[in-house]
Amino acid sequence: MSHAEPSPALLTAADREAPRPRRRLSPATAARIALIPATVITVVCFYAFIAWTFVISLTRSRLLPVYDFVGFDQYRRLFANARWWTAMENLAIHGTLFIVGCTLAGYALAILIDRGVRAESVFRTIFMLPLSMSFIVTGVIWQWLLNPTFGIQDAVRDLGWTDFVFNWIVRQDRAIYTLAIAGVWQQVGLCMALFLAGLRGIDPNIWKATRVDGIPTWRVYLHIITPMLRPVFFTVVVLLAALVMKAFDLVVALTGGGPGFASDLPARFVVDHILNRQELGLGAAGAFMMLCTIAAVIAPYLYVELRKSRGGR
Amino acid sequence: MPYQRVVLYLLLVTAALAVLAPILIMASTSLKPMAEIRDGNLFALPQAPTLEAWSTAWHGRGGSGGLADKFLNSFFIVIPALVLSVGLGAITGYALSLWRLRHANLLFAALLIGLFIPPQVTLYPMILLVRELGLFGTVPGLVLVHVVWGLAFVTLLFRNFFQSVPADLVKAARIDGAGFLATFWYVMLPLSLPVFAVAVILQFTYTWNDFLLGLTFSSRDSQPVTVALNNLVASQFGEQEYNVNMAATMLVALPTVLVYLFSGRLFVRGIAAGAVKG
Repeated sequence: MSHAEPSPALLTAADREAPRPRRRLSPATAARIALIPATVITVVCFYAFIAWTFVISLTRSRLLPVYDFVGFDQYRRLFANARWWTAMENLAIHGTLFIVGCTLAGYALAILIDRGVRAESVFRTIFMLPLSMSFIVTGVIWQWLLNPTFGIQDAVRDLGWTDFVFNWIVRQDRAIYTLAIAGVWQQVGLCMALFLAGLRGIDPNIWKATRVDGIPTWRVYLHIITPMLRPVFFTVVVLLAALVMKAFDLVVALTGGGPGFASDLPARFVVDHILNRQELGLGAAGAFMMLCTIAAVIAPYLYVELRKSRGGR
Repeated sequence: MPYQRVVLYLLLVTAALAVLAPILIMASTSLKPMAEIRDGNLFALPQAPTLEAWSTAWHGRGGSGGLADKFLNSFFIVIPALVLSVGLGAITGYALSLWRLRHANLLFAALLIGLFIPPQVTLYPMILLVRELGLFGTVPGLVLVHVVWGLAFVTLLFRNFFQSVPADLVKAARIDGAGFLATFWYVMLPLSLPVFAVAVILQFTYTWNDFLLGLTFSSRDSQPVTVALNNLVASQFGEQEYNVNMAATMLVALPTVLVYLFSGRLFVRGIAAGAVKG
């Protein structure tokens, strides 16, 4: 790569190239042209498509889109659908466990690492390793570990504890909890990294001051550091919430939404109705409800982010 | 207080083992024959390690194809999608942050919000569009949808970087006669090589790991590895061959794990910005 040179050389390079008199466009026009693909994608593939999905959710569409409007009938059907409510309830259970579990475990790991350990990068690398794998891979691994006949239950029984039971994945009332186990395993590294960055940003003088005052370390973390990291907690929770809403791959690979629909999630409900069940209108209504749910969570975050970036310049 | 240090390391090592254990168990299982899996213990090391399961997972057996073809599919999808989305995202981020255009902030906000839109919401209209273009079930179709869904994230990454570049640099380049593209190519590109690396690493990881788009937009001939893995695990008749499943799982995980291990800090740096992407 020849252009990785220091900047004086670069400017000479620019000098060499630039004087050619073939600039028909003004640079600002060129910049505007460069934004066309992104604008088209944003306007069409994001917003027009959302509008289209909303319109379809007001029609009778089943296998194919038809523009036969029935008002909010699909939403009525959706809200009368037991499977949808199971999925929403599961979203609440899984979301709470996943977000709380990831945040606490990630923060704990970040604190441990921040205590100045040797081989810090080895630990960090290990904790973030699952993050590089897909949800499908995570789901397949845990599906097998949680399988009562071959996985952890069987292994512990072999060790002599013969009435050990850990069969959540095949139980109607427990399957949803297995999602949080696999999810936390995969995403804990992300939280750790974010919290570690936050901890490293703390003014060292604060630590000096607390040492002078003789405050025990755990109290410093609880009463001084944790409140200071409030923005990091905020970011972590929003990011995890966005992940939970979209959770599709993991549930497909881990439980397949089963047993029955016991561990179904809205994302899977929607895909299933649109692609497999020929219930386009109902699926679109579900998708739109997903969008509303996510908007309620994300709106405060976006507000802060966008204000920040506007003030930045 | 040495005992505190001991507790500290004990906790860290326990946590590290808990994270690594599933991966190690998976690796050891993939080296066992099925008889040993049925009778032996999950935690036991393989007594006579064999790569047979790996070979079956890669080449397939009898009528069922292995992952080899799907690996090629995934690379044919990931590489063009990577080049296009990173290139387009870089130019867009550059134009958005350094050229003070009208409505630039509006477009940026629209893109940032787009990052949070669940793909399920825009999935069906996208199917119609790709079908209309005659690309449904083809590799170019998959490349297209990955570029569309990846653009917001890459743009965000570059925009946040270019935002920290002094606008005077653009002015200086302009005085030297450099236009929009020349400034990008000779001044901004060399400056942003680290961001490029981050974008490439993360886009590779996301695109390789994608499942939903692969499931929706691929056909038998263009199926990526994640979809193939899920089919393999979900739809085997008769007894599940766990050793083959585990070997297949490791094969699918390997490319992104290697990228992660070799990229180190760059991955960490980008992951925060990319976390919003499922």
